[in-house]
Amino acid sequence: MTAPLLALERVARRFRPDRPPVLEDLSFALAAGEYVAIMGESGVGKSTLLNVIAGLDRPDGGSIRLDGEELTALDDDALTLLRRRAMGFVFQAFHVLPYLTVARNVGLPLALNGCPSGEAEARVAAMLAEVGLEGSGPRLPRELSGGELQRVAIARALVHRPRLLLADEPTGNLDPRTAAQVLALLRAQVKGHGGGGLLITHSRAAAATADRVYEFDGRGLRALADR
Amino acid sequence: MTSTGAVRVALTVFAAQLRDRPLRLAVAVGAIALGVALAAGVYLVNESALIEFGRATRQLTGAADLVIRGGRAGFDEALFARLAARPEVEVASPVVELDVSLAAGGTLTVLGVDPLVAGALQPALYGELVGRFVPLLAPQAIALSARAAESLGVSAGDRLAVQLGARQRTLAVIAVLPESAYGRRLGVMDVGSAQWTLGALGRLQRIDLRLRAGVDVARFRASLQLPAGVDALTPQVSEARGANLTRAYRVNLDMLALVALLTGAFLVFATQALAVMRRRQQLALLRALGATRAELRLAVLIEGAAVGALGGLLGAALGVAIAQFTLAALGGDLGAGFFDGERIAVAADLSTLAAFVALGIAVSVAGAWNPARDAARIAPAQALKAGDAEAAPSVRRRLPLAVGAALGGIALALGPPLRGLPLFGYASIALLLFAAVRLVPLFAAAVLARLVARRPVPALALAQLNGTVAQSAVSLAAIVVSFSLMVAMAIMVHSFRDSFDRWLGEVLPADLHFRVTPPSDTAFVSPAQALALEQLDGVARVELWRVTQLSLAPEQPPVALIARPLAASSVPLPLIARATAPNPGLPLVFASEAMRDLYAYRPGQVVELPIAGRPQRFFVAGIWRDYARSGGALAIERSVFEALVHEARYTEGSVWLAPRADGATLRERIRALLAGGETLQVIAAGELKGRALAAFDRAFAITYALEAIAVAIGLLGVGLAFAMQALARRAEFGMLRHLGLRRREVLAMLAGEGAILGALGALYGLLVGVVLSLVLVFVVNRQSFHWSLDYVLPAGPLALVAVALIAAAALTAGLTGRVVTSGSAVRAVREDW
Repeated sequence: MTAPLLALERVARRFRPDRPPVLEDLSFALAAGEYVAIMGESGVGKSTLLNVIAGLDRPDGGSIRLDGEELTALDDDALTLLRRRAMGFVFQAFHVLPYLTVARNVGLPLALNGCPSGEAEARVAAMLAEVGLEGSGPRLPRELSGGELQRVAIARALVHRPRLLLADEPTGNLDPRTAAQVLALLRAQVKGHGGGGLLITHSRAAAATADRVYEFDGRGLRALADR
Repeated sequence: MTSTGAVRVALTVFAAQLRDRPLRLAVAVGAIALGVALAAGVYLVNESALIEFGRATRQLTGAADLVIRGGRAGFDEALFARLAARPEVEVASPVVELDVSLAAGGTLTVLGVDPLVAGALQPALYGELVGRFVPLLAPQAIALSARAAESLGVSAGDRLAVQLGARQRTLAVIAVLPESAYGRRLGVMDVGSAQWTLGALGRLQRIDLRLRAGVDVARFRASLQLPAGVDALTPQVSEARGANLTRAYRVNLDMLALVALLTGAFLVFATQALAVMRRRQQLALLRALGATRAELRLAVLIEGAAVGALGGLLGAALGVAIAQFTLAALGGDLGAGFFDGERIAVAADLSTLAAFVALGIAVSVAGAWNPARDAARIAPAQALKAGDAEAAPSVRRRLPLAVGAALGGIALALGPPLRGLPLFGYASIALLLFAAVRLVPLFAAAVLARLVARRPVPALALAQLNGTVAQSAVSLAAIVVSFSLMVAMAIMVHSFRDSFDRWLGEVLPADLHFRVTPPSDTAFVSPAQALALEQLDGVARVELWRVTQLSLAPEQPPVALIARPLAASSVPLPLIARATAPNPGLPLVFASEAMRDLYAYRPGQVVELPIAGRPQRFFVAGIWRDYARSGGALAIERSVFEALVHEARYTEGSVWLAPRADGATLRERIRALLAGGETLQVIAAGELKGRALAAFDRAFAITYALEAIAVAIGLLGVGLAFAMQALARRAEFGMLRHLGLRRREVLAMLAGEGAILGALGALYGLLVGVVLSLVLVFVVNRQSFHWSLDYVLPAGPLALVAVALIAAAALTAGLTGRVVTSGSAVRAVREDW
């Protein structure tokens, strides 16, 4: 049996001693090429789970491995470099830099990873074509619609071919039709790039695009559906 | 929304933000407070000194309608008999007025009056003496003002030794006047005793006249046929003459303090402009909710006014404290040496303080004006959209006004002085600075677009600056305003000091110099002493000068008349112009630059000088540079002067040593020979030069302090701008951290942005500063003090300051980034932008 791309074992996170833990004995695995959704009410700890996976928050206990590498043993610098190389993020609020063109926004991870400029340009152009924004490279974010901005964010999250894509409510700011297009794109991109994808959402429609769906209720993960 | 409702909602939103970001409010209020405090402080010091000066002058003139005044040499007392006999004159009071050298060092102004007559004209001053005038008639009796008695450490019954030429005389202190009689140092003698004892027989310096009721003062004044060099002054002109002495210096300090206030206003502009940019979406939301453009503009202006009111109140209070401290520590002339350490109380009334609070509000509202206009211009639909960013600065909109202002500034720099002040010069600087600030966004955009970085972190820093030129330009403008003014001032002071240093080298070529100091009417070197000096062993050569004063215009301070060897002198006059016209056989006079500006003396012209009570004709042979006297100086051949006044005495001299003579020994021998006690200073040329330069630095200490405060306010503005931008970019930093940028790389990016802005600011500030310094050196300084300077660019120090500025900007940006990025990257990306 091949090792999972991402494996969480008995992960725990408590913010205040006088409050119940947000994550407790949480175990979970994600295989390469798999696209998983985690649903839950607001405030149950979905984003905390995403953050400890991304190395942006430290668990109090347990183990998190990405491609077999134990993340809890890494210091902040090493985690940052791992994130730079192996992860991609899509946020609800897009977070594209308003002063950079679309192409430069998308090319940011490549620049950070030291990709030669010629190759970076080609990969950005190809990525933009993949997300349906062919020819939009020179445009500024203020010229784009919300759906287009999220496509830029998806292109940026995937352009450096990360092993793991983490998406936190990526369609929260979009209308249903655009949301559906973005979700389809996300799935296609995860599947097409061979990495894994973890989608955090409270939308059933969004979750329905994943291979597996879990519900997180504060006590643990409960499998809801398999595709 | 109703109109008042909309403004109230807008103000509630702003107030909530101020509560949320109190630092921004504190910095803006602090900047205005500091600017107002400096302006109020300098103004109050100047005004208090002038009020005290005026009070003292009024106490001296009392109820006199006219004051007849000669120069230091005075006039023949026969004039008194002539004027007292005029039917229009009710009371005529003869006055001997001499600065008497004290044996212990320093001088004391001594008035010789007829106590009974003077008591009628100046009862406050002499009232006390009228009752016991008999003891005052004793030949060596003197009464002292309370301030004089206190500073000299004597009381009634004590003796006071004075220096008269080479002799010392002892005066008997018969009374100390009450504190209320006169606030400054003064001695009062009987007029006859003063003439006899102080060596002024037959001479008077002043006659105070009260005219009979109904006599037209102006007509009477016009009817007087006074000897040359004697003027009839009204009390108002008499007072203005004293104030004129320090006017240019005071106005320059006022202007420098206003620079600090201007920088403060600019800081308000910077905070408001950045706040408006940062709140684009909130302002757009208010517009969407129904607030009109006018209401938004009003709300931003009200916010500016509130900041100004707070800053103004704090600043006015602080200004009074600064004035109190300054008057106690430095005196009424801020250390420049005009008022001789008089004790002066702060004269601050409520209306003056209210005016400064109003000034604080006005500059703050002016600073908020443009941001308010920008707030009103925001297009709600665009601003509410995600990914909205500012538009690039418009060349078409900015360039014409900037070019117009620059041309206006150049034209104003060519203007003449107004009422003796370089007001056009100041206006020129303001316009040039306005033009420079107006062009900042274009300069920033042009330079930034040409910069290229390959590595991702510097590339991000550059991209950020390129993408937010308007915001960057605000920070940049804050740097440019304070730095360019600092550069201009530094060039002006450096040019001045350099010119002064070289000038001292030219005018002090001898090994030793001696002079009566402070200048007085009673201490001098006699011809016999001078002869003995020339024959002293070790003395190779001696040159003797006599410095006295002439009054050439009633409203102007007296002019120095230097009678010295000219044709056969080893001390050259630093000439800047010579007469080309032929001399019609008259004695020569060389006029200082101030004479050219104040009295229109030109080389080749024939002028009349009142010497020995008669107008004497001289040929203006040249113009020379004199940094010692801004009121004007004339140099004539000593033999000509002595022939006119029938008297030989000297107040200054230069001594050249024979080869192998010991300077220190000779110095002591000269001191002993001249027997001038503490009133005669014998000093080596190097030491004299050192003291002169130290005095120069002391006089400019307050300038440096005001300048440093202006730069500090400017840097505060830069820090604030960075902090506000960093706060506004928290989500961006969080996203970059998600993308794998380490915290130190984020900080490096911010520090890089700071360094780039600092470098642009330093470069542009240097250019603007050099332009402004040309106006300062060739217009403001020239018209204020009437002397020309050699323009010197202190390249090394300026480069160092520029590097320090870049480092400070990088450090400030990095530090503010450190605070901002210390929070969670996770929380940052959850905040919407």
